[in-house]
Amino acid sequence: MKTTEAELRGLMLAALDGDAASHRTVLARLSSRLRAYYKGKLLRIGRSASEAEDLVQEAVLAIHLKRHTYNPDEPLTPWVHAIARYKLVDFVRRTRTSFADVPIDDADDVMAHDDHSDAESSYDIRRLMERLPKNMQCAIEAVKLDGLSTAEAARKCGLSESGVKVNVHRGLKTLAVLIAQETKS
Amino acid sequence: MKTEDLVTVLSTRIEPVNHRMVGWTMGIALATSALVALGLMLVGLGIRADLTTGRALAFLLLKLAFTVGVVAISSIYLMRLARPGGERRTSSIRIMMPFAAIVLLAAISLGLAPSSHWDEMVLGDQWLECLLSIPIIAIVPFAIIVAAMRKAAPTNLERAGAFAGLIAGGVSAMAYALHCTDDSLPFIALWYGGTIAICTWVGARFGPQRLRW
Repeated sequence: MKTTEAELRGLMLAALDGDAASHRTVLARLSSRLRAYYKGKLLRIGRSASEAEDLVQEAVLAIHLKRHTYNPDEPLTPWVHAIARYKLVDFVRRTRTSFADVPIDDADDVMAHDDHSDAESSYDIRRLMERLPKNMQCAIEAVKLDGLSTAEAARKCGLSESGVKVNVHRGLKTLAVLIAQETKS
Repeated sequence: MKTEDLVTVLSTRIEPVNHRMVGWTMGIALATSALVALGLMLVGLGIRADLTTGRALAFLLLKLAFTVGVVAISSIYLMRLARPGGERRTSSIRIMMPFAAIVLLAAISLGLAPSSHWDEMVLGDQWLECLLSIPIIAIVPFAIIVAAMRKAAPTNLERAGAFAGLIAGGVSAMAYALHCTDDSLPFIALWYGGTIAICTWVGARFGPQRLRW
């Protein structure tokens, strides 16, 4: 437990500094813990494993989009748990499951188990992206899917470099909202 | 979509982020909301004209001490509430301290005064103006603070909303104090304390809807 925290926190700090490999590792390792956490919670209240996967991805997106709110002086586990639980409560509210069904839990629960099963969520990111405004779509596709640099993406989309950054960020936020709407229905 | 693919998408070409942004954003929002409240008071009401007398000045300082105390303490908690899990480290006890102090002082001053003066001390001349002005001036500061909170990630929306309302009410009362000529402790306790409490309650009601992310 302690080593997980220290290791993940180190990766997180590197990720905050812009290290893509650490970012990838920390998100991947958190997602397997989140999967175990959400499956445990949702199966107990009679929801499916694919819904758990939707939630895993919502939480991973939230962790990515809100990573600037992690205070490096604090442990990582409570921060991840707060986001994971917030998304769980939000999911339960919007899918109208009785609120009393979500048991109180401890921050360490979110790091307690790994689940590496290779599940898929119920939505398709490419399809959701079609619903984004043109600039956001182009910027995300260029930077996040094709891995172009900001300058290359700017040329491709006819935007300024800061325009690309803004559109990627707003686009991911909008995607997170679309995903949440998708899992409601 | 596979979660693995999502992780790949998110980790491609990432930018470094500044963890101090949350503090900066909240700080700027607090300063802006105080300035806006002050501006609204100056334009709509004006500073009280009798500040040359010692009594008026003393009461102004007392009102400012109360309202600044409320804003200062609640700002600390608002900064915490802006981050995931921050609600674990907020205690509502400490925020009650300025309110408890002013209520205590009000009770003492009522106790020392003959009961025939009580009506006058509690209602003052302008209780209705105070009751309306503080919540109205608080609207724009509340919107500014909520907008700043939305850039962060509160995970207890009701409490975050309540503290946003509390601070908005606090800065508004701070500005209103410069205009208000009702100089009695029971007046401050009831009408300042009460309107700030109303702002807090309204903030808590709006939180879950306005702060959701």
